[in-house]
Amino acid sequence: MTSRNSRRNTVNNVMLTLCGICVFVTVSTLFVILAYLIYNGGKSVNLDFFTKLPQPPGQLGGGMANAIVGSAEIVLLATMIGLPIGFFAGIYLAEFGNKTMQFLIRYTADLLNGIPSIVIGIFAWTVIVVRTHHFSALAGGVALSLMLIPITARSTEQFLLEVPRSLREGALALGANKWRTIATVIVPAAGKGIMTGMILGVARISGETAPLLFTSLNNQFWSTGLSEPTASLPVMIYNDAIAPYDDLHRQAWAAGLVLLGLVLLANIAARMVISRGTSLPR
Amino acid sequence: MKKSVVMGLTVLPALFAVSAMGAQTINAAGATFPAPIYQKWFAEYKTAHPDVQINYQPIGSSGGIRQLIEGTIDFGASDMPVADDQLKQMKVRTLHFPTVMGAIVLTYNVPGVTGALKLTPEAISGIYLGTIAKWDDAAIKGANPGVKLPSKEIEVVHRSDGSGTTFVFADYLSKISADWKSKAGTNASPSWPVGLGGKGNDGVAGLVKQTPNSIGYVELFYALQNKMAFADIKNAAGKFVTPSLEGVTAAAAGSKDLPEDFRGSINNAPGAASYPISTFTYLLIPTEYKDATKAAAIKGFLTWMLTTGQKDAQGLSYAPLPKNLVAKVQKQLAQIK
Amino acid sequence: MATPSAAVPQASSIPKRRFGGDEVAYGITLLFSLSILAITVLLVYELWQHSALTRDKFGLGFIGSKLWNPVTSQFGALPFIYGTVITSILALLISVPLGVGAAIYLSELATSKVSNTLTFLVELLAAVPSVIFGLLAIFTVIPLMRDYIEPAIQSIAGFLPLFSGRIGAGAGYLTAGAILAIMTFPYIISVSREALMAVPREQREAALALGATKWESTWDAVLPFARLGIMGSVFLALARALGETMAVTMVIGNDRVIHTSLFAPGYTIAAVIANEFAEAEGNMHLSALIELGLVLFALTMVINGLAQLLIIVTTKKGSAKG
Repeated sequence: MTSRNSRRNTVNNVMLTLCGICVFVTVSTLFVILAYLIYNGGKSVNLDFFTKLPQPPGQLGGGMANAIVGSAEIVLLATMIGLPIGFFAGIYLAEFGNKTMQFLIRYTADLLNGIPSIVIGIFAWTVIVVRTHHFSALAGGVALSLMLIPITARSTEQFLLEVPRSLREGALALGANKWRTIATVIVPAAGKGIMTGMILGVARISGETAPLLFTSLNNQFWSTGLSEPTASLPVMIYNDAIAPYDDLHRQAWAAGLVLLGLVLLANIAARMVISRGTSLPR
Repeated sequence: MKKSVVMGLTVLPALFAVSAMGAQTINAAGATFPAPIYQKWFAEYKTAHPDVQINYQPIGSSGGIRQLIEGTIDFGASDMPVADDQLKQMKVRTLHFPTVMGAIVLTYNVPGVTGALKLTPEAISGIYLGTIAKWDDAAIKGANPGVKLPSKEIEVVHRSDGSGTTFVFADYLSKISADWKSKAGTNASPSWPVGLGGKGNDGVAGLVKQTPNSIGYVELFYALQNKMAFADIKNAAGKFVTPSLEGVTAAAAGSKDLPEDFRGSINNAPGAASYPISTFTYLLIPTEYKDATKAAAIKGFLTWMLTTGQKDAQGLSYAPLPKNLVAKVQKQLAQIK
Repeated sequence: MATPSAAVPQASSIPKRRFGGDEVAYGITLLFSLSILAITVLLVYELWQHSALTRDKFGLGFIGSKLWNPVTSQFGALPFIYGTVITSILALLISVPLGVGAAIYLSELATSKVSNTLTFLVELLAAVPSVIFGLLAIFTVIPLMRDYIEPAIQSIAGFLPLFSGRIGAGAGYLTAGAILAIMTFPYIISVSREALMAVPREQREAALALGATKWESTWDAVLPFARLGIMGSVFLALARALGETMAVTMVIGNDRVIHTSLFAPGYTIAAVIANEFAEAEGNMHLSALIELGLVLFALTMVINGLAQLLIIVTTKKGSAKG
């Protein structure tokens, strides 16, 4: 083998090994994150965490019961607003509409999707908090729904478009009109994909913090309704992490573990259902 | 999907019911300086009066003032007196209710230094102006003979949010340093010549705790709670005073009379025992409420605070209000409707 | 809105055209789609309206001014734009080589099963909430930076102004850039991998037939074709890095001044909004923060637009995947 060839071979081996190292580094960050959370948070995830309220600073113990319920409330609200809008918009994009409308709606949905979550928070603040003179779970829920809508719309559209034409034509041939075809044939056929798209969207918004900072704010106690400031897991994690008390740090780790656990579980479950394509929001 | 929508519709009212169990919720926000004692008060008051739930969010004094102007909270809290132009912006005439007094301490994290450092006003202003850059600078060494100071850069920590604590600290710096007064002045969010920003008193304490060779200003409670070292400071009378409740009370006693609306400063007070960086902290209470039960609940809390509540102060390292002041403040209560 | 529901319609019972389900379905879906338009328009409108005070006062000078002083009502966006851009560039400098390298491995070297599994794991990284990255960063990355990495960099490259500043607390541009890099891995890897996989097999085979090594075939024959897609992934990652809030706020040090040294604390647009919004003193301050939000919106809109364009072009070109 000539020296030039052996040099080429060396370069080949070195570069390909480097690429392998790149994969190792990038994939392992996920495991490093999990490891730290489990190590630091594992010991603090106990019954207290799920059932007690946070204590005033300096007093040990307490938990994040109100944050867990609060997050559930806010996310549920966002889901109830965002899923239907996104779902029907997705149907429009896939089944109805002319080219210009489709382009316009798609472009706007992608635009909305790409807006930084803090700007969405500002918007929800001007539209709801200022007008109602209240920080509220409602404002937080609306802010999150604004993020859920474009994700749901695009993923619904994507899965609807993948339904084979033969199914549509068969239904039409049997005399069903358009909305029946959609409702009874196409949507069910794309059902699994649509559901997983929704689950992924909900998982994503449940971890968002920035839009909640000045909409649902936070609460030391149980919130007494949707128009009151409400505690949420991500905001609690943020506040506890930057506080100086070790006890609060401990709680932040535990909350982080719980939150990440839920989000990852949702993602893994969703991906198991549809094992193709990419789940990344584009 | 239909199933989950239906499920959601039934779960939501249930959640609503769970969380709406009876309490009158009052929302307040503001200073982080007194947050430890406020949180304790509100929790205690709720135990004694289960139908009154006061949710306090420590977002900084500026935040409290701002949200009160916006009308998103029922009352606010601030270490700094509200400026006239901001008072004008409030929807309703608003009163200052002093609650406790506290000390702002210079807390530091210098590996190897265990005891209390003595800091002169020149040292403090130099550090925050950036003119004194290292721990073993003459200005610090001079006051601390025998203490081994490392030749490391001082990591200065200040607030990133608009803060009443900052206002009081900057007020002190302006009083003792003409340089500071011209460069940055007295306000809640000055142009810091140097340093890192932490969010809230706890953010600053957190940063100092985690960063070697750092110094920051926090309310006494935060430093004590986290077992952090803090400095003895030379007061106007030339004596080095350890931050304490007695020092704060002496400062209040040594100050000239407070104005009628209680908006005054007790920084750099005369008197041998006065701690030079002391302050009142206030609850900002609007005088009119649409909801009569809310007004009554707040009045009830304030009455309790001025009497029973004051007993909690010392345990959390705040100084209770002087008795004659309490009498004056109680007179204000009548103005709330 | 019922139409006769015969399973197999007889000729005589084919329903007459009347205002039926189709129009309603069309109407409902159109309504919801238009609401997306309406929301976005409203959003831009609100941002525009609420930033009127500072827009009128400072005009375009807002973008170029360095001074942000709520007390004297002087507001300039430059320190935040600087911080946002610097941290994002740093992030890309780290994540693009790593990400493209990983994408090459996943598309060219790994078997399809391994490749799919590993890609799935990397994409899970995108699901990790920002605040959790921040949590980890405060307690693990900052001390690491402060005690090991930054001193090491300074001892090697300390003569450069970029690395000659004080190391301080470990919070600053570099740390923020590092965290952002980790957060952008999934976008670079996922999209680049798809771009690479979309390159027709013939390219590789031709190169190999001519005697190229695997690396040479990848570098010279495959990568150029995937270039646009990879660029698209870079823009996508950039757009996310620009708007990232929580993780950055927790590690950037919150200093409203422009520093040359990468070890120094700084600020980004998203971070300053998160910190100062709830307590903005006065309407000017609020307007300035919202104007910053507008700037960020415009920035991410442009970058996202470019990303979409590039990705669409690549996926159209690479349709020979089969």
